[in-house]
Amino acid sequence: MNFDFSDDQKSLKDQARKVLTDKSSTKAVRAVLGRKTGTTSYDTALWKAVAELGWLGIAIPEEYGGVGLGRLELCVLAEELGRAVAPIPFASTVYFATEALLLAGSDAQKQKWLPKIASGEAIGCFALSEGPGAPKPEAMTTTFDGAALTGAKIPVTDGDIAHFAIVLAKEGGGASLAIAELGGVTRSEVKTLDPTRGHAKIEFAKTKAERLGKAGEGWELAEQVLDRAAVLLAFEQVGGAQACLDMAVDYAKNRYAFSRQIGSFQAIKHKLADMYVATEVARSNAYYGAWALSTEAPELPLAAAAARVAACDAYHLAAKENIQTHGGMGFTWEVDCHLFYRRAKLLAVQAGSPGVWKEKLVRRLELKNAA
Amino acid sequence: MDFNDTPEEAAFRAEARKFLEANLAPKSGARAQAESSESDFMKRCKAYQKKKAEAGFAGITWQKEHGGRAMAPIFNVIFGQEEAKFEGLSGPFAIGLGMCIPTMIAFASEDQKKRYVGPALKGDEIWCQLFSEPSAGSDVAGLKTRAVKDGDDWVINGQKVWTSGAHYSDYGILLVRTNPDVEKHKGLTMFFLDMKSPGVEVRPIHQMSGGSNFNEVYFTDVRIPDAQRLGEVGQGWQVALVTLMNERLAVGGSPGPDYSEAMELARRTPAPSGKGTLLQDQAFRAQLADWFVSAEGYKLGRFRTITALSKGQTPGPESSIGKILNANRLQDITNAAIEAEDHFGIISDDAIAPMDAVFQQSYMWAPGLRIAGGTDEILKNIIAERVLGLPQDVRVDKGVAYKDLPTGR
Ligand SMILES: Cc1cc2nc3c(=O)[nH]c(=O)nc-3n(C[C@H](O)[C@H](O)[C@H](O)COP(=O)(O)OP(=O)(O)OC[C@H]3O[C@@H](n4cnc5c(N)ncnc54)[C@H](O)[C@@H]3O)c2cc1C
Repeated sequence: MNFDFSDDQKSLKDQARKVLTDKSSTKAVRAVLGRKTGTTSYDTALWKAVAELGWLGIAIPEEYGGVGLGRLELCVLAEELGRAVAPIPFASTVYFATEALLLAGSDAQKQKWLPKIASGEAIGCFALSEGPGAPKPEAMTTTFDGAALTGAKIPVTDGDIAHFAIVLAKEGGGASLAIAELGGVTRSEVKTLDPTRGHAKIEFAKTKAERLGKAGEGWELAEQVLDRAAVLLAFEQVGGAQACLDMAVDYAKNRYAFSRQIGSFQAIKHKLADMYVATEVARSNAYYGAWALSTEAPELPLAAAAARVAACDAYHLAAKENIQTHGGMGFTWEVDCHLFYRRAKLLAVQAGSPGVWKEKLVRRLELKNAA
Repeated sequence: MDFNDTPEEAAFRAEARKFLEANLAPKSGARAQAESSESDFMKRCKAYQKKKAEAGFAGITWQKEHGGRAMAPIFNVIFGQEEAKFEGLSGPFAIGLGMCIPTMIAFASEDQKKRYVGPALKGDEIWCQLFSEPSAGSDVAGLKTRAVKDGDDWVINGQKVWTSGAHYSDYGILLVRTNPDVEKHKGLTMFFLDMKSPGVEVRPIHQMSGGSNFNEVYFTDVRIPDAQRLGEVGQGWQVALVTLMNERLAVGGSPGPDYSEAMELARRTPAPSGKGTLLQDQAFRAQLADWFVSAEGYKLGRFRTITALSKGQTPGPESSIGKILNANRLQDITNAAIEAEDHFGIISDDAIAPMDAVFQQSYMWAPGLRIAGGTDEILKNIIAERVLGLPQDVRVDKGVAYKDLPTGR
């Protein structure tokens, strides 16, 4: 058995950490966080840098302008991007839009978009949600008639800056995925708990769009995109949880109360140990998801659900208890704890909430046991 | 046991309701509040407080000589129950009337009480609590701000932090170090001061939720007359304990959306399973049940405390349970509500998010509640050591002069 990343993958990870520490200090994150609504919602310099480093196309085949490495490489990058709370539309473009294109795009569609994604010219997004609660096929109102989209999607992460959107819409009696260019489409930025990523309401009004994949298969395709994104997001979440844990451990060693390091109190020790345990559970489940994703194993649906559930749990715990460990300091704007608390919540709902994934997990477990 | 109002209580409740209906707007969403500017809001708070005092509903349990009605604590609870049904305008006075003024009543001179208690009760003067410092929060007795006697005055130098409301406060109670050569608890002294004294500088702290309700307060050669000392020199810790005991009684009530709001959301939100509403979802129902027993446990526990109070017993440290329960339940409920809204839950715009974004806003406030007025960990230590009588944690600061304590710096 060999259940670990390779040396090359690990050195890619080290390189990524160096680049992100240098280019995406929390100062850069805060520049995006503190911007006025309606102004550029991502770090354009960092976006350019990650494009030049080949990260955007790391899992895109060479024939489509990518680097042609695999999902495992993407996973190690995701972990570092999560650690850095990177203020760029990486997840939307790479985990959602690229995966959707690779999964269901025609050759022409891939030729059109993937090289532009790899070079950083095209930002993508994934538009599913229309209102509060888990999306349901029968409740969806956005429609696709084979050539154009009509209806509103809200919120769309990175929808304010994206060049194109992958949209789930009703078509006939079923649903389809469609791809639409967003130039000229009405969009308004919406305020969220995590302003380090932009969010929009996108209103399609007979917007020209192409079908992605087969008509009527949209719901199943969307589920498959979400499975893939779930694994990649899990790495971002593990990276974020680990950053919280590292911050908390560091603070607990240096902060004194009652003339002792607060880390010498068992209440703090156990808290940090709980964060560590949750993060390790998430990490192991994420690794398994990475294996399933990179080998296109039939285990992917269950592995993805497990990776997501564990990662949401770990990041939530780590983000809130990191604040708690910092006491009053943790509740201030200047200390970085809240950047993680905000991002943890975004990542926990962006691909569907933990409740939805717990349900999927058990359903998939039942299927597996029945087989 | 009997939960019915006695005739006297029922009459008081009716009187309270009449007053509240005449003077307060119904509970409005977060949205309406955000629309009014801070100074407008404060004006309305002060106007309400004045009417409340004139009608005898401020300081219900206080002695008559202090402008109170000398009624049993249950009447305070009844008024609180009724007031909670309306728009909240009492926040700015909570620290002053809940903690500072009771400390003044216990330790200030008769003349001082005459001068300060009335205006605080009427909302004309607002008070803040200047205890915590950058290196002394949980361990507040380890504070550094120095007071040195100079003639009839004391000269104060140092810094306080996390002072809620300092930016709009007129007065504050201030805990300082008067003797660094003895054990930390023995070298403290309490004062009260005019926040406009020369040398006091208030700087707002930007909190993670975006607002600025608390402050850093710097003291540079601030002179306080010895007459404004509360308690003896070196007895500041005993005075502070009186303040903090009142804090435990003051921090009460449900601090934000609770199980009933979660239930309302669940009624109109689809379940994660895709089948029916969230309210029909078994997992969510189980959570609702847990939140309900926690909220009720807190509320009913307070009734037990009040019953004990009315029999002349003093409330013990067991009232620490309340804040741990309420703060953590708030964080749980708001988190669960946001997740239940799925991707839409990230929207914090109160014009778009369900229920005026009450869950999103409180989610950002909940972490502060777990820290303010004693952290979860400190409150659990209090329960373990003072309620359950478990042995104290090893103390490295016992028997050591303040100036010789390790601080890590
Ligand atoms: C919203 C808000 C409003 C506030 N308002 C006021 C105010 O008006 N006036 C005022 O004076 N103060 C105020 N405070 C300050 C508050 O009382 C302190 O922040 C709090 O007591 C914690 O102190 P600290 O921030 O120094 O954290 P620390 O004491 O440094 O604590 C850091 C961590 O160590 C833990 N810890 C410390 N000691 C122990 C121990 N013995 N055992 C186990 N764990 C331990 C804590 O639980 C925490 O997790 C406010 C704070 C907040 C957040």
